[in-house]
Amino acid sequence: MGAERVAVVGIGQTKHDTIFDGSIAGLVRTAAERALADARMTWADIDAVVIGKAPDFFEGVMMPELYLADALGAVGKPMFRVHTAGSVGGSTAIVAQDLIAAGIHKKVLTVAFEKQSESEAMWALSLPIPFQPPMHAGAGGYFAPHIRAYMHRSKAPDHVGILVAVKDRLNACKNPYAHLHEHDITFDSVKDSMMLWDPIRFSETCPSSDGACAMVLTDEAGGDAAAADGRPPAWVHGTAFRSEPTMFAGRDQVNPQGGQDCAADVYRQAGISDPRREIDVVEMYVPFSWFEPMWLENLGFCAEGEGWQLVEAGVTQMDGDLPVNCSGGVLSSNPIGASGMLRFAEAAMQVRGQAGEHQIDGARTALGHAYGGGSQFFAMWIVGAAKP
Amino acid sequence: MSDIVLPDRLRDVAEPVRRIRTPARLDYVFMAGKATSRFLNAVAEKRLVGQRCPVCRKVYVPPRGVCPTDGVPTEEEIELPHVGTVTSFCVVNVQFYGQVMELPYVSALILLDGTDIPLMHLIQEVPADQVHMGMRVEAVWVPDEELGPTLESIKYFRPNGEPDADYETYKDNV
Ligand SMILES: [Zn+2]
Repeated sequence: MGAERVAVVGIGQTKHDTIFDGSIAGLVRTAAERALADARMTWADIDAVVIGKAPDFFEGVMMPELYLADALGAVGKPMFRVHTAGSVGGSTAIVAQDLIAAGIHKKVLTVAFEKQSESEAMWALSLPIPFQPPMHAGAGGYFAPHIRAYMHRSKAPDHVGILVAVKDRLNACKNPYAHLHEHDITFDSVKDSMMLWDPIRFSETCPSSDGACAMVLTDEAGGDAAAADGRPPAWVHGTAFRSEPTMFAGRDQVNPQGGQDCAADVYRQAGISDPRREIDVVEMYVPFSWFEPMWLENLGFCAEGEGWQLVEAGVTQMDGDLPVNCSGGVLSSNPIGASGMLRFAEAAMQVRGQAGEHQIDGARTALGHAYGGGSQFFAMWIVGAAKP
Repeated sequence: MSDIVLPDRLRDVAEPVRRIRTPARLDYVFMAGKATSRFLNAVAEKRLVGQRCPVCRKVYVPPRGVCPTDGVPTEEEIELPHVGTVTSFCVVNVQFYGQVMELPYVSALILLDGTDIPLMHLIQEVPADQVHMGMRVEAVWVPDEELGPTLESIKYFRPNGEPDADYETYKDNV
């Protein structure tokens, strides 16, 4: 017995911003209502709700799903909470799709959010570790040494990170939902911005955003119905999740095994043998600009050490042959818990032809990618305009 | 059914309450386990000990008692020198709530000689812009009467004057 085919028939997101002027409940409900409207559904149509966010310590609200059940129309329905750090938006969507693929539910609402204006994320990510000196400085402090290692290993010139930052921020100007709309950003303005976590500059760093993303996933009949109604769905061609320990001798945090394995798995499911040629557009989780070349290699779009050359050659620009983060990506909007789902949703928007000004014409196959923790959780999906 | 609309008379709020600061505090108890206890008790005696995996021969510090790769106990205890190599690092310039360090400071991954996994610690007694990969460093301990079962017994690492390590000697940890 094969798995049920799964379709994305509704997508919604909030305008990501420094402050969402409302409660957490209002934030998630806004995204959910937009996804339902896009799917031409009401709350009553939904069988189950799957919600995700980054660690509760950010907003200081323990298990917010308990009080969000009514805002998400989940009263009397199954509701699940997913926790996988920064990758959670992706893994939450995967759990939702699994419920349909397994034949358990037909219509699932999945939502992910973060409200960084109410958070102390830097503090929450810098809690003292038992018996260690209090020297941790958030995600940037954790990832900066790995970026330095990548630059050393690949001999990438210093300006590659700047190129990625300028590209993503200019792409964001085409996305009305993006947090940052820095129309006047330039190579020099990024270059001259402060070194926050050397070698990571301020303008090579994601912002702190309030935002939510929601999707309505259905079984094959739901996808067919949407298509018949002139609203093409995105069909899920593969999903994969991998984890690896944070610490083991010889662990490669520049090109983690978990990410390589996750990519290989999702490509196999989608029947992709040459991702560079067969994937039309990529939404990958790039919270610091240097992760674009690093993940290009980790995801098998080029050989190890060559990711920066793709960036430099403009391959990942919107008019390149492998556009990456046309939405502006995490570098332009980072409601942490939602950021992974936004990558998945933006991939689906591309193959639905729904991405507006940042649409890649004729996109048929797209990859959504998220990672989290100390580069130890990876979530990916491939969506297509055609039924798998 | 999705629209929830307030009646007009309830819509106006003269002073919206947008921020209420609600501090959270967490004190917790950490049980180190046997291998880490041996490590921490040694640290309190100003010694560094690691443990070697009998299968892959990798030396872990601090030891967790088991090799995460092979799933076997790391039974052989190794006395380690207090010197190592900076494999990578970050110069931190970010101020944040709860921070105790003076800026800028350098947090580094330090591969102690004879070990196979770097530990994170501070680099001091050198300007931040002179810290580099391959730099050889040594531990600077707190005064004996302040020693305790914590890596804070090492105040920081500082350059020990040796020439830089060859990249080949630490490339598996970069
Ligand atoms: Zn081993």
